[in-house]
Amino acid sequence: MAEPPPSPTELVRFSRVEHAVHRTVAILMVVSIATAAILYNGFLAVPIGHRRIVKLVHVYSGFALLVPIVVGVLSRTYRADLRRLNRFSKDDWRWLRSRTRRDGTIAVGKFNAGQKLNAALSTGGIIVLLATGTVMYYPDLVRLSWRTGASFVHDWFALAIGLLVAGHISYAMRDAESRRGMRTGRVSTVWARDHHGAWADEAAGAQATPTTAGTRTRRGVAGS
Amino acid sequence: MDTEPPEQDTTELGTPVGRRLVLAVAGVGLAGIIVGRDVQERLARLLAPIQQRDPTGLTDLLPLGNTFRYYSVTGSVPKQTASTYRLDVGGLVGTPASYTIADLSAMPQTSLVRDFQCVTGWRVPEVHWSGVRLAELLDRSGPSPSATAVAFRSFDGTYTESLTLEQARRGDVIVALQMLGQPVTHDHGGPVRMYVAPMYGYKSTKWLSGIELTAEVEPGYWERTGDYDVDGWIGASNGREDEPVG
Repeated sequence: MAEPPPSPTELVRFSRVEHAVHRTVAILMVVSIATAAILYNGFLAVPIGHRRIVKLVHVYSGFALLVPIVVGVLSRTYRADLRRLNRFSKDDWRWLRSRTRRDGTIAVGKFNAGQKLNAALSTGGIIVLLATGTVMYYPDLVRLSWRTGASFVHDWFALAIGLLVAGHISYAMRDAESRRGMRTGRVSTVWARDHHGAWADEAAGAQATPTTAGTRTRRGVAGS
Repeated sequence: MDTEPPEQDTTELGTPVGRRLVLAVAGVGLAGIIVGRDVQERLARLLAPIQQRDPTGLTDLLPLGNTFRYYSVTGSVPKQTASTYRLDVGGLVGTPASYTIADLSAMPQTSLVRDFQCVTGWRVPEVHWSGVRLAELLDRSGPSPSATAVAFRSFDGTYTESLTLEQARRGDVIVALQMLGQPVTHDHGGPVRMYVAPMYGYKSTKWLSGIELTAEVEPGYWERTGDYDVDGWIGASNGREDEPVG
């Protein structure tokens, strides 16, 4: 996806496709969590009522989560970031063990190890919630004991993914520049050097030589 | 789509831990579908003593499958108190009646300690119930010969249920005034609700406001919208194999 040329003090962090995927997933996730909370908790379920409608909204926003994810995978920039999120370098393990991980001594790539963990756990969680949700929604799909098992798994994974999302949002709320990165696709070079030093060097280099930017940006993720 | 850049040196890029984590999480979840029921039962038994003594009620938020979940099919349900509440018995009867809570409390009370089994899977063991046998109210109003079934109305304005006259006369079908050792709370369908012990929870109408004798069984709310069985026997309907309550 072509981006307008950034100013020298800014770096391109996310493409428009990534922005759109993130926004759609965020909305569907919040709707899923809110309706789940109503379905599950008596103090919300009784005053709000309308169980059939709440359930329908929950089921369809859940299934709809697949759409932005599949659309994302069709995009080159999204796949490139998936590849970065997948790979854990030696520095990532050091970063996870370090008590002073955010002081900049460990060079962090485009994503830090915490973000990588969150991405993997959320993806796994979404897959499990979709699978168990499907089993629960179509009662004739599997035998009854599996359906009971599916509700059990769905309940606990929902709790876990709720915590992950809450953690994700609370980290975002502490960092306005990081939120701007997701909203506009750009971040200041200063912020990038502070939080994602290795990536800042790499991205600045790529932007300086735009003709090869397409292939060069992925070099040296664990680098320098 | 663009072609990918050539595969880079993976030792420098690191190991594909993300993919392994995704697969591990998915594997745990899918295994849980198969063993989840047993794990849930064991966990529920293990935590039951803690849950029963937990004054905060926070442990009820844990998904263990053995606590009440509160279902309401309409918007917020108006609250009824002892002074506003009336239970109307009508339809194909000799003497229609309208009872207050005091009227119902003055009648012979039946107490039961029975499980409450929901058709969605959760079951609360050994709930204390107490109230008036439905048969008592039917006898007082005298069903006419053409009556074969009983329809229940709820003051939520939407929910309906029904039983055959024969089912309604069972000794374990009560108009409950007490539940869990106290007057039935609003969230549990109070001040007065049905408790049809041998059938799934959807047969036990909450916020009961009317009992009407009818010429034939009228399928209830979930039987029309959710394909539930009209004869909701626990363990012998809705494709389930739960242990019967009786």
